[in-house]
Amino acid sequence: MRFIRKTNYHQDIQIFKHDGQIFWYTCLMLILLSFPFFLSDFYLGELALIFIYAIAGIGLMLLTGYTGLVSLGHAAFLGIGAYTHSYFLGLGIPFVFSLSISVLFSSLIGTLLAIPALRVTGIYLAVATLAFSIIVEQILSHWVSVTGGYRGMLVPDPSIGNLSLKPNTTFYFVCLIFVSSSVLISLNILRSPLGRAMTAVRDSEISAQSMGINLARTKTIAFAISAGFTGLAGGLLAHKIGYLAPDSFNLLISIQLLLMVVVGGLGSLHGAIYGAIFIGFLPQALALLRDNLPEKFAQIPGLEPGIFGLILVAVLIYEPLGIYGRWLKIRSFFEEFPLYRRSTHKRQRNFLKTERLR
Amino acid sequence: MSFLALEVLLELTQLLISGVSQGCVYGLIASGFVLIYKATEMVNFAQGDLMMFGAFLAYAFISIFNFPFALGLVAAVLAMAGIGALIERFAIRPMIGEPHFSVLMITIGLGFIFRALAGFIWGSEPKSLETPYAGKFFDFDGLIIGIENIVIVLGTLALCSALAFFFKTTSLGKAMQAASQNQLAAMYVGISVKKINSITWAIAAAISAVAGILIAPVSLIDPQIGFIGVKAFAAAIVGGFGSLPGAIIGGLIIGIGEQFAGLYLPPGFSEVTAYAILLTMLLIRPHGILTSVQIKKM
Repeated sequence: MRFIRKTNYHQDIQIFKHDGQIFWYTCLMLILLSFPFFLSDFYLGELALIFIYAIAGIGLMLLTGYTGLVSLGHAAFLGIGAYTHSYFLGLGIPFVFSLSISVLFSSLIGTLLAIPALRVTGIYLAVATLAFSIIVEQILSHWVSVTGGYRGMLVPDPSIGNLSLKPNTTFYFVCLIFVSSSVLISLNILRSPLGRAMTAVRDSEISAQSMGINLARTKTIAFAISAGFTGLAGGLLAHKIGYLAPDSFNLLISIQLLLMVVVGGLGSLHGAIYGAIFIGFLPQALALLRDNLPEKFAQIPGLEPGIFGLILVAVLIYEPLGIYGRWLKIRSFFEEFPLYRRSTHKRQRNFLKTERLR
Repeated sequence: MSFLALEVLLELTQLLISGVSQGCVYGLIASGFVLIYKATEMVNFAQGDLMMFGAFLAYAFISIFNFPFALGLVAAVLAMAGIGALIERFAIRPMIGEPHFSVLMITIGLGFIFRALAGFIWGSEPKSLETPYAGKFFDFDGLIIGIENIVIVLGTLALCSALAFFFKTTSLGKAMQAASQNQLAAMYVGISVKKINSITWAIAAAISAVAGILIAPVSLIDPQIGFIGVKAFAAAIVGGFGSLPGAIIGGLIIGIGEQFAGLYLPPGFSEVTAYAILLTMLLIRPHGILTSVQIKKM
């Protein structure tokens, strides 16, 4: 058990709470950097995909986990990012600029979505974002001159100058750079006044407002930042899937993104990363499962979504804090080894909290 | 000239009729949403999938086990009521007191499970439910009304009056109203709120089964038809979440709007009509047409 002796208020908002963290995160970074030297191409590709999911997960985590705004339509931002990026790339605009344009454009759309979304909360918000994502999907299918409609759109190969980013090794490094800077940026957002305002809004809008936080402004910025991160993930994902079609960004993907933050653990950046790892490896696990199942079970058409649903329900009922919450419990078990008591982490008894006021 | 006017009038009536019958189905599913929301303050996103499952159950009873039509319908509705109560007991009750968002996610997960289950049991090819009235129609001088449309409208009317009667007169209905207004107070006067919640879920699931059976002759049954639940959800919000007549009105607005957009607007618009209406509604009047006053307490 580590007790940090605080002698300075700034210690509360430091990125690294103690030296151990610096050591372990450096180790993690070194391991990630060394992967291309001994892992095969296939695994590098999978890791790059996990990094991309992680960026989208960070985006959704900032909105849902930290600001408390649920979005059932984040696949739309993924789609907007992907299509904008490959459209501008197709016009001959360099990789970095086109990616920046797609991030800015997604943020802009996120800000626009925030205008109707600000008027509603809870389920209304979830449904408004859902409606938004369905409308975006229809626009992607019917705006043929830009998106290619149902025929889809070929994503141009990425390159910076003469260096092609297409090989899995190079693309792995690109994704690694983006994911680690996303983590750094979001960590810094979260320890800034803005991030603290976001958490305050999540916990209680009325008390946040009475502390002088501008609700509309905070929520709009949260939407913009979240959409921006998701758009960045979309731009990178475009290269990963190579060919864009409107139904690659449907409701199922939105749910998958939500599943990611819920299973990872709401309200922690760790959760977004764990969720991304989980979502990234799940299809492989399911493919293995299909191989080993009897013929009749393996042929079920909706097996994957069904298993997603099952996991979602199980996690929400048994471990609402997700993988990160479970990890905290395991860690405290080892830290307090002989003295660990299960009741330390016992869930408090819950009562129905009504939203009605009559 | 007058012939042309007649033609246009005929077309409009035709659209209106199919819009109304489609809207009734949306309204029925929406009233399932509203019932559950009123009683438990939870949102059941799996309502559309329950509808799909109910239609499949009716198909199984009638076409596979060769039940007589009426008996098959009753069996399907009762089975769905049982499933609804089971869902409440094992998935929803453990979630009391958790954030609403978690419950929403749970029901989304349940929807996926039901879809996979239906695909597993009945396969993903569309099935048609054999009804005594399928394919028959009335012809009033060129105005063609399918009997299935009439059955949908009549079925909705009958179900709504039955619900109204149930809530107004029976003691169980009154107990449900009491629980939906204030659970704690209802508990103090001796109403078993847990039982009421189970019954509410059972009724909502049964209603969605009826909706599924009504829509089955019009559109074939396959595991994906549950997605119209999303449109029904839009209907519930447009009508004012928490009001049963509002749910039907919202359903009608969206059903009729969709039919007209399908004919008069370029392709693609009819799919987004429901959501465009929803977003506009959220902009002008976020709490729907028939608002039951509910301000969030924080």
